[in-house]
Amino acid sequence: MSASHPFVPPSSSASVVDLREVTRKFGDRTVLDQITLEVRRGEIFGLLGPSGSGKTTLIKLITGIDQADGGIVHMLGEKMPKLAMLQRFGYMAQSDALYNELTARENLQFFASLYSLAGARRNERIQAVMGVVDLLDHLNKPVSAYSGGMKRRLSLAISLLHEPEVLILDEPTVGIDPVLRQSIWKELLTLRDQGTTIILTTHVMDEADKCDRIGLIRDGHLTAVDSPDALKTKTGTTTIEDAFIVLGGGIQA
Amino acid sequence: MRTRALAQRIIRQFLRDKRTLALIFIAPLLILTLLNFVFNGQPIIPKIGTVGVPEQLTQRLTNVDANVTSYSSTDEANQALKDGNLDAVISIEIGKPSIVLEGSDPTLNKATLLTLQKAMQAANAQAVQPAVSYLHGTEDMSSFDSFGPVLIGFFSFFFVFMIAGVSFLRERTTGTMERLLATPIRRSEVVGGYLLGFGVFTLLQAALITWFSISVLGMYMVGAFWLVLLINLLLTLTALTLGTLLSSFATTEFQIIQFIPIVIVPQVFFSGLFNLDAMTPWLQKLSYIMPLYYGADAMRGIMIRGESIGSIQLDIYVLLGFSITFALLNIIALKKQRSI
Repeated sequence: MSASHPFVPPSSSASVVDLREVTRKFGDRTVLDQITLEVRRGEIFGLLGPSGSGKTTLIKLITGIDQADGGIVHMLGEKMPKLAMLQRFGYMAQSDALYNELTARENLQFFASLYSLAGARRNERIQAVMGVVDLLDHLNKPVSAYSGGMKRRLSLAISLLHEPEVLILDEPTVGIDPVLRQSIWKELLTLRDQGTTIILTTHVMDEADKCDRIGLIRDGHLTAVDSPDALKTKTGTTTIEDAFIVLGGGIQA
Repeated sequence: MRTRALAQRIIRQFLRDKRTLALIFIAPLLILTLLNFVFNGQPIIPKIGTVGVPEQLTQRLTNVDANVTSYSSTDEANQALKDGNLDAVISIEIGKPSIVLEGSDPTLNKATLLTLQKAMQAANAQAVQPAVSYLHGTEDMSSFDSFGPVLIGFFSFFFVFMIAGVSFLRERTTGTMERLLATPIRRSEVVGGYLLGFGVFTLLQAALITWFSISVLGMYMVGAFWLVLLINLLLTLTALTLGTLLSSFATTEFQIIQFIPIVIVPQVFFSGLFNLDAMTPWLQKLSYIMPLYYGADAMRGIMIRGESIGSIQLDIYVLLGFSITFALLNIIALKKQRSI
């Protein structure tokens, strides 16, 4: 995909996502308050926080599905929201948005068509992504016969279909068993090494350790952004969990 | 391409959902058949009791297909009326005929009076009888023939409204709408895909209902078949666009059901099933905002009066206008799901 977008403004060559003082309100409730954040090209960036902290809202602002009330969102140098940008990232929602009546192949075909993939190329990509999530044997099964973990993997496969340069995953490993989680993480690391930027949300602390950098989010505030090791050093703790409590407590007081 | 992919997906989903298929294709036929039985049954034969009536009149009553029983006293006859064995009692008192009707069913009252009238008329056969002929319809056109065209339109409208509304809503509640809108699909392509995907089924449904009513149920029809089909299709398109639009304002399937008394039922009253001439004039004007009114008007025109496309073009334009307006509003309403 990147070959078709040769022009990248030099100022933002290193930043894939750039948020400046982004605020989002629902009614008079402020869900995100003055978030400033930069995600660099080729890193795995984790958003860590308890449920209800504003992670999903932030993801929706980055993707352009939702619009900020204040501040500016840039992705790949373009001001969001912008329709053409939806072609350039892969997205996996928190809920498995799949058509249960259809087979996995039909689901993949449908989403591939939405990303303008057709013909032999489409079939090739379907085989490739289903190989990645190890579901090739279940390609022709209706999704209603899939287990929770299989649905999660199929959702991931769909987000990889058009080989996006940015991958945005909302809780990608929920409901997936440890062995499979390992293999998905292995795949994410491989994708990163090939140059894909990955932004994901999680509330699993040991997953945060695998990210290159993490942002701690709590009650709509970004309390800290750094690499896992740097955060532990800064707070004088040995686990991300403890670091989170120290940083979160600090802001509460 | 995206519109086509969406339409194709909807068709695939539909074909796997046998119950919904049955609801859209079999249920309207079933209901129309039942209505046909209800309104197209045997002619009513009134049961009439006579007291002291001359032999000739009794004879004539029998000639006009009445079930006549003669009683020796008025009390006896009235008792039979009270017991529900008779529909009317006719007696001659002091040379003047008097009629007592059972009276609880207006349809039966009319039928009984009509029979009695016919018998009385035959009594003075010397009087000049006007020759009756029909500009539209025939003498033996039943009430089913008269409001059948309205019913065809109504059932097409109702079932498509329900199914389109629920399908569009389910896309939102299962999260697939959000996922769909995270792809580069335009909001207009979403609405267009739904129109195209459902359009295929509404076209088939319209054809099936129309064919069934005319060929199997033998509904009165003098106009062009393709015109009936066209109007029925336009009507279902309106239902489709209205159903998907209103589903944006519902959060559960149950709330879609709640739209029925608000959106569907009033349209039935204004569709021409009931004569509106008796209604307060300003209230009559309400029918101008009801899609079913135009659909029913055109259907009746074609099927009963054999009208050509020229005389129903206003109905066609208005129905098209409704569909386009609802579709555009839906494209705007989708902004609630995605800002661009």
